[in-house]
Amino acid sequence: MLALEGIVAGSEGFELRADLRLEAPGRVAVIGPSGAGKSTMLDVIAGFRAPASGRVTWQGRDLTALPPGQRPVATLFQDNNLFPHLTLHENLALALRPRGGRLTAEERERIAAALERMGLSDLSGRKPGAVSGGQASRAALARVTLQDRPVMLLDEPFAALGPALKAEMLAELARVAGEMEALALLVTHDPADARAFAERTILVAEGVAAPPRETAAIFADPPEALRAYLGA
Amino acid sequence: MAQRAVALGAGALVAALALGPVAAVLWRAGGFGAFAPGDGQALRFTLWQAALSAALSVALAVPVARALARRDFPGRSLLVALLGAPFILPVIVAVLGLIAVFGNSGIVNGALEALGLPGITIYGAHGVIVAHVFFNLPLATRMILQGWLALPGERLRLAAELGLGPREVFRVVEWPMLRRIAPQAAAVIFVICLSSFAVALTLGGGPRATTVELAIYQAMRFDFDLGRAAMLACLQLALALAAGLVALRLSGAAGMGAGLDRVVPRWDAARRSARALDAAAIALAALFLLTPLALVAWNGVPGLADLGWPVWRAAGQSLGVALASTALCLLWALPLATRWGEVMGLLGIAISPLVLGTGLFVIVRPYVNPVALALPVTALVNALMALPFALRILRPEAEAIRTDFARLSAALGLSGRVWVTRILLPRLRRPLGFAAGLTAALSMGDLGVIALFADPERATLPLQVYRLMGSYRMEAAQGAALLLLALSLGLFWGFDRGGRNAGA
Repeated sequence: MLALEGIVAGSEGFELRADLRLEAPGRVAVIGPSGAGKSTMLDVIAGFRAPASGRVTWQGRDLTALPPGQRPVATLFQDNNLFPHLTLHENLALALRPRGGRLTAEERERIAAALERMGLSDLSGRKPGAVSGGQASRAALARVTLQDRPVMLLDEPFAALGPALKAEMLAELARVAGEMEALALLVTHDPADARAFAERTILVAEGVAAPPRETAAIFADPPEALRAYLGA
Repeated sequence: MAQRAVALGAGALVAALALGPVAAVLWRAGGFGAFAPGDGQALRFTLWQAALSAALSVALAVPVARALARRDFPGRSLLVALLGAPFILPVIVAVLGLIAVFGNSGIVNGALEALGLPGITIYGAHGVIVAHVFFNLPLATRMILQGWLALPGERLRLAAELGLGPREVFRVVEWPMLRRIAPQAAAVIFVICLSSFAVALTLGGGPRATTVELAIYQAMRFDFDLGRAAMLACLQLALALAAGLVALRLSGAAGMGAGLDRVVPRWDAARRSARALDAAAIALAALFLLTPLALVAWNGVPGLADLGWPVWRAAGQSLGVALASTALCLLWALPLATRWGEVMGLLGIAISPLVLGTGLFVIVRPYVNPVALALPVTALVNALMALPFALRILRPEAEAIRTDFARLSAALGLSGRVWVTRILLPRLRRPLGFAAGLTAALSMGDLGVIALFADPERATLPLQVYRLMGSYRMEAAQGAALLLLALSLGLFWGFDRGGRNAGA
């Protein structure tokens, strides 16, 4: 279980409050207007931003003081998910060996398997600039699977893809998260994404992250802030 | 954490190296020495020649820059690229070229003699100024050209629609730009000329053409008067800092970068008189800048055949110094490629090589014979001098890499070593190559601190050229100068190329 306990985080004139618990494994959407604090919440979980007060815990262990690389968290960012001067294979190798050194035979196999699963075996020697947007997204997803961390944070990672490709990637993501028995948090603007992907949904509005509710239920009977956001 | 410590250490080292020697000079001298009678004159000459060099360079650059901005002709981009070359041109090579043109047996005097007119001489105050204009006219032209190319196209179109004549276009469109850019260019050139040493050493000298830098050298080398050297060093430091601050104030984002490849469409430039004016400006500038270099190449070829062992040894030592100072400069620049680091690096510009050299001389003398350290000290000082330029080139790119990839790297938990070797260096290769090329060429051509320390065994190639000139072996000097030119340009080209080729 991932818990945000009495979190207050923010900077000049903006504050996000969060006090909530998320069962793992599971798939959760984070929805709300821009500027409401969705990214701030993810930053606090990933360790890119220290909260002013409160704790982040995973399975009862306090993460609040840990640097990002030592948290059980893997993130797919909006962009810059791959280093453009390294091949797909080298990018994945870096996820396994962040401190350098040679790959073992077993690690090579894991990389090959991850690429294979994403249908990228033939492209492992290409650089990110030489593959399509969808293929780069798959490679980034392969990177996250190799990191093999139980919490996955997805900050609108497929916003640049077309609708069909995005739906396909979300399905892929749901499958991967299920296989890894991970807790996946997807930040999105699009209610359709939340419906398709998430069992539960967190609404972030006016500086408060509300505890998660069943996705179907929250859209069937939206609270005032969500209604305003949806324009319904 | 470790990276921060490295950055702080590098910054502290720059500060210590920049300020320590000055303190050492003061301490050893037991305070300031007395003003020698010539020193006031050296100060006046320094200020006067710097002001005149700056004014002339900028005034002459205006018509050249305007011509380049509004004319397209075959060879234009080559000429614009060549305007960047004086930066890496060894001073001694340019001086030899100017002597070949304006010297006693140069082509100008040859022509004057043929016409039965009295000859001119390149030695003295006006020679110093000619050399400074030679070096800084291209710089001023590039800066002003950038201003011209940045003029909003709408304004020129509007001027054309209103049917403004050339005088009105100048008043309404061009003058406001020049009023902004020209003082910046003049201030930069003034600062550069303030610490002129090699030009004053070769073309100046004597009571009427000695700069403060040259006076420091003379106090050290001939009189070994530390007190006076310390006093002059502090005077130079104060001058450079004050002028540097003014230049920094004036300068906006001007500097390197930005394409100069474009020609501004103009509707007021079609008149015959304007065309003739532009053609003359370009032709004269090209003649003034290219003739000396062509003569260095032409005169140097015969001397190449028998350069002799001392020249080759000096060339080898210069290469060693250039490569060492390049490595040192880049090692310094990488952790300092941040905003405050760039400010630290500016110390390198404000502090003169001669002051640094004098201080290091004083520091090491109790322990070793300073002459034995001539080459390492030269490499060190050259690295410090090139640091501001290296930082100017590296910082924007390094910061972009940090902002783009810091989060991903943190999320992956990359170690500092992997971050530097796998991410930062590979992505920085292009600017690194450019910075390395500049540093190597600057160091290769530097004739400064080495002159303080050298003995017959230890000389860099520029110093060797100077010695050959001093003993009136002009053919050998010209051969060695051609070798020096080839090595400087070769180093620049090689490093820059290496950076570019590193897989797109």
